[in-house]
Amino acid sequence: MPNVAVEVEGVSVYFDSKCVLEDINLKVLENDFLGIIGPNGGGKTTLLKVIAGLLKPSKGSVRVYGKPPDKSGKLIGYVPQMNQPDLAFPATVWDVVLTGRLSRSNLIKPYSEADKKAALDALKVMELEGLKDEPIGNLSGGQRQRVFIARALAAEPKILLLDEPTLSVDRRLDTKFWEYLNDLKSRMTIIVVTHDISALSKYVDKIACLNRRLYYNESKQITREMWMEVYQCPVDIIAHGLPHRVLEEH
Amino acid sequence: MLELLQYEFIRNAIFAALLASIACGIVGVYVVVNRIVFLSDGISHAAFGGIGLGYFLGLNPLYVAVAFSIAVAVGVSASSKKLGAREDTAIGVIWALGMAIGIIFIKLTPGYVPDLFSYLFGNILTVPKSDLIVMLVLDLILIITVALLFKELLAISFDRDFAQTLRVPVNLLYNVLLILIALTVVMLIRIVGVILVMALLTIPAAVSEIFTKRLIHMMLGAAALSLLFTLLGLWLSYLTNLPSGATIVLLASLVFFSTLLYSRCVKRVS
Repeated sequence: MPNVAVEVEGVSVYFDSKCVLEDINLKVLENDFLGIIGPNGGGKTTLLKVIAGLLKPSKGSVRVYGKPPDKSGKLIGYVPQMNQPDLAFPATVWDVVLTGRLSRSNLIKPYSEADKKAALDALKVMELEGLKDEPIGNLSGGQRQRVFIARALAAEPKILLLDEPTLSVDRRLDTKFWEYLNDLKSRMTIIVVTHDISALSKYVDKIACLNRRLYYNESKQITREMWMEVYQCPVDIIAHGLPHRVLEEH
Repeated sequence: MLELLQYEFIRNAIFAALLASIACGIVGVYVVVNRIVFLSDGISHAAFGGIGLGYFLGLNPLYVAVAFSIAVAVGVSASSKKLGAREDTAIGVIWALGMAIGIIFIKLTPGYVPDLFSYLFGNILTVPKSDLIVMLVLDLILIITVALLFKELLAISFDRDFAQTLRVPVNLLYNVLLILIALTVVMLIRIVGVILVMALLTIPAAVSEIFTKRLIHMMLGAAALSLLFTLLGLWLSYLTNLPSGATIVLLASLVFFSTLLYSRCVKRVS
């Protein structure tokens, strides 16, 4: 039985009186590659923020390897949604990836050799060594997204959380984007929130659907009932004959 | 030109320009990349309350303004977080409140009312030696703080959420940044006055940003530009017999718009 990486129990989140997440229960095992889909405003980003420790749930608890997320140190590598990054920000790829090495303990100290090595390794994994000294404003959407993943990897996390990583990726130019994630999946647990259902069906092992409530049966299949609950309407996804079937036979 | 240097007030003005430019270069960059120009302007106007209070209490107005503007800087960020007020609304209120407090205290101060005009519009030619020492100490505080926290301040300026997932104390660091801004604003009030502070805090950094790609280079560029603006502006104001603060700001603004136009043309060509 593999370890439990993330355990979400009875989590509800209210913004003022509006319920954004309701009674979420989710168990993610070590080395799972979990995709979370759902409509806009369904709480996907909120759930990731709760797991990352950026947001305290109004009710319920989150455990990351048995500890609360704000005490779990560097277990989590967070790749936030950056739909409007500040392209004029004066920093190079290297500057940005190094910030993945920050922690409470190296406050006011310069980056160590070990920090630099970890950041360089992360750049290599994402095949970004050649862009090391490039200002981040000069990169394509896909390259920038890889920089943000490299930054998260620099912290040497055990769990990678990605929020809509392909939103700014030009699919014609960055066909390899999901391959990078696929290569990481043997090394760590990955939770990815996305709209990209075709990529999900090809790469992830398990899929959860989220629309205030979470529908998850620890498998890759979305039942028609889950789909109806989440999107509130029948949506036709062409699934017939695909080798990677997401919807059940119907 | 050189014969001007024999006057002590001219020498003091040059030192003041240099010391203020160091602060502008460092802190202006953070103001621009964090998009907290409005907050910084609010702090500078609120500092006027500290100046009035200083006169009323018979203390050096600059010292009181330092304490006052730090309290305001931290107060705005706390009140918008804890009381749920929109930050820009809270800034608007504190901006006006600070000015009002200043005016009332100065009215209440018995006897001779000092030259308020110089605090509103600044006068680099009247900076006394004692203020130069205060500015030097403030510069040292700025340089040491930023040198120690450079990587953290870069991280929270670029992506605060991400830094928080690494358990970096982002709120504490943000407050440190606000305090640095408050210190710089008070330093600049002497030179360009409450009303014109923002020009020196934003224009050198914004112009420097166009030509640089790393934070540290942007700071060096901004400091150099700030020095250029203040000294050249001072000289122009001497030639034209116009107020020094306003001349400095006019010059800086001209450079700002020309650079924007220039970079636009360069982009269009390439």
